Amino acid sequence: MAILGAINPMLSLGLDGDNAWRLADYVNRGGYSALRRILEGKIAQGDVINEVKKSVLRGRGGAGFPTGLKWSFMPRSFPGDKYVVCNSDEGEPGTFKDRDILRYNPHAVIEGMIIAGYAMGASRGYNYIHGEVWEVYQRFEEALAEARSACMLGNNILNSDFDFDLFAHHGYGAYICGEETALLESIEGKKGQPRFKPPFPASFGLYGKPTTINNTETFASIPYIINLGGEAYLEAGKANNGGTKLFSVSGHVNRPGNYEIPLGTPFATLLDMAGGMRGGRKLKACIPGGSSAPVLPAAAIMDCTMDYDSISKAGSMLGSGAVIVMDETTCMVRALERLAFFYFEESCGQCTPCREGTNWLYKVIHRIENGKGRQEDLDLLGSVTTNIMGRTICALGDAASMPVQSFVKHFRDEFAYHIEHKKCLVPVDVQRAGSGFFTATI
Amino acid sequence: MLTSESLKRIDREIAKYPVDQKQSAVMASLAIAQEEQGWLSSDAIEFVANYLGMAPIAAYEVASFYNMYDLKPVGKYKLSVCTNLPCMLSGGVDAGEYLKKKLGIDYNETTADGLITLKEGECMGACGDAPVVIVNNRRMCSWMNPEQIDKLLAELK
Repeated sequence: MAILGAINPMLSLGLDGDNAWRLADYVNRGGYSALRRILEGKIAQGDVINEVKKSVLRGRGGAGFPTGLKWSFMPRSFPGDKYVVCNSDEGEPGTFKDRDILRYNPHAVIEGMIIAGYAMGASRGYNYIHGEVWEVYQRFEEALAEARSACMLGNNILNSDFDFDLFAHHGYGAYICGEETALLESIEGKKGQPRFKPPFPASFGLYGKPTTINNTETFASIPYIINLGGEAYLEAGKANNGGTKLFSVSGHVNRPGNYEIPLGTPFATLLDMAGGMRGGRKLKACIPGGSSAPVLPAAAIMDCTMDYDSISKAGSMLGSGAVIVMDETTCMVRALERLAFFYFEESCGQCTPCREGTNWLYKVIHRIENGKGRQEDLDLLGSVTTNIMGRTICALGDAASMPVQSFVKHFRDEFAYHIEHKKCLVPVDVQRAGSGFFTATI
Repeated sequence: MLTSESLKRIDREIAKYPVDQKQSAVMASLAIAQEEQGWLSSDAIEFVANYLGMAPIAAYEVASFYNMYDLKPVGKYKLSVCTNLPCMLSGGVDAGEYLKKKLGIDYNETTADGLITLKEGECMGACGDAPVVIVNNRRMCSWMNPEQIDKLLAELK
C-alpha cells in the first residue's frame, strides 16, 4: 500500500489487499454505482456538469481550473466525434499520485471518464500514461479489459443507448507531453510539441475534434462527486477548494509517500503524517506543488494550509500537490542547478526564448555551483527569466523560470556566498548525510 | 524485420485508434520494435513507418524526440537512475555514483562485456520510492539503497 495516510479519504478509502484494483473489489465498495444511477435515471448531461460545478472540483494536474466549467466548454450537442482524454503523463518532479491511483484504484478513473464522456457527448477516450511506469500501464490495460467484459465500456453501456470506449496510450519519456496540446500531438503519433492556443481543445482537439483533457485524479474524483452530491464534496474541502486531494510528499521526511487529506488541512499536519523531518533536522524550504512551483522558505510554508488559495497567497502554487521537503542539509544552488538542467533537457525546442533561455539558466547556475559564478550572474538570471516568461507557446518556459526567480529571491545570500567564496555554505558531506543513502534512516 | 509476435502486438495497438489514424500507433510500435531488437536502427524505424503508412522521417522524428528510445545499441540491460531533485534529496545522485563505481563506467557508457548501460534518467513519477532505477524501460526498482543495488547487479549478471 503506497498511500501511506489519510484524513477523511475518498479516493484511497478501502484500498486494502492486493485485489483492491480489481473490478469486483471496486464494485463492492460502491464502484460504478454513480454511472449506473446516471444511465438508469437518464440524468441530463447538463445536470451532471452542474453537479461537478457545484463540487468546485479544481483540476488536479496543476492548473487548478474548475473542472465543471471546463466541461461546459464542450459543444456537447454538436454532431460528430468528440473525445475525452486523461492526462496520466505524470512527470512533474515530485509528483507520483496518479501512479498510485492507477495502481490501486484504476476503475475510479475509468468510471470518471465514462461519466465525462456521457456528460460531454463523447464516445471515445484515451488515457495517456507516463512512459516510465510500464507496470502501471499494463495494469490499466487489464482494468480496461475487466470493464469491457462487464459492459461498462463499448456499445449500449449497462443496456442504455450510450456508447463509449476507452483505450490506453503509453508515453515514452517526454515531460512536455504533460502539456495538454503536446499530449494530443503525441497521441496523433507526432513529436510532442505544444500547439498554439486558441483554438482550444474544446473546439479543436484530438484529430481536430472537440476534446476535453483532465488529470487522472480529476477523473477519479468524479464518481465520488456524483455519489456524494456536489455540495457535500465541496464541504469535504473548504470554500472554493472542493474535496480531498492526494499529496505526494518527497524529500527529507521520514515517510515519503502519498497522503490524502481535505483541502485546507494545515501543512504542519501533512508534515507530521509523513513522519516529520528525517533525522529530526530542521525544515529549510518546501516546494509545495511540484518542481515548477515557486519554493517557499520554512516560515512561509509552516503558516500555510494545503489548498489552492492559501498556497497562492503565500506566493507559490498548489500545482499537482507535490510537496518537496528540504532540510538544512540542502544546498539551494545545487538543488536549483538540478531543476534547471531538467527544464533545459525537457524544453521541446519549439520556441526560441525557452529553448535558448533554459540552456542559459542551466549554464549560469552550473557555473555558480562550480565556483565560477560572477557577481552579475544573479541579475543575469533574473533578466533571462523575464525574457522567457510570457513569450512562449506553452507554460514550460514559465515553469523553468519560477523556480529560478523564487530560489534566488528567498536564498539570495546563499547564491551570493557561492559566487564570492567559490564554495557552498553547506559542506558536501553534510549534503550527502541528508540523503540518507548510506545509512538507511527510513 | 520484426517477428510475427511483435507484429501482432503492433496490430493490437493500431486497433485502438480510428481506422484513418494508424500513425497514432507509432510510439507503441517503435517501443515494441526496440523491445525485440534491443535498440532502434534506421531500418527498424523505416520498417515501422512503412507498416503504418507514414513517412519514415516522421517516424524518425518521434524516435528521436522521446528519450526512452535508443537510437544506438545499448547493453543487454539499460539501467536508468533518476537524479532529479526529489530523488536527489533521498539518495538518487548517490545511487548513480554508487552504480558508476560498481560498474566502472560513467553515464551513457556500457560495460566492456556489453551487459549494462548506465543512463541518468529524468523524473519517473515515483519520487516517493527514491532512489529509483528502471531496467530496460520496463521494470521499476524502488528504494535502491546499496544493498538493493548489489542485489540487482548480482541478478543481472
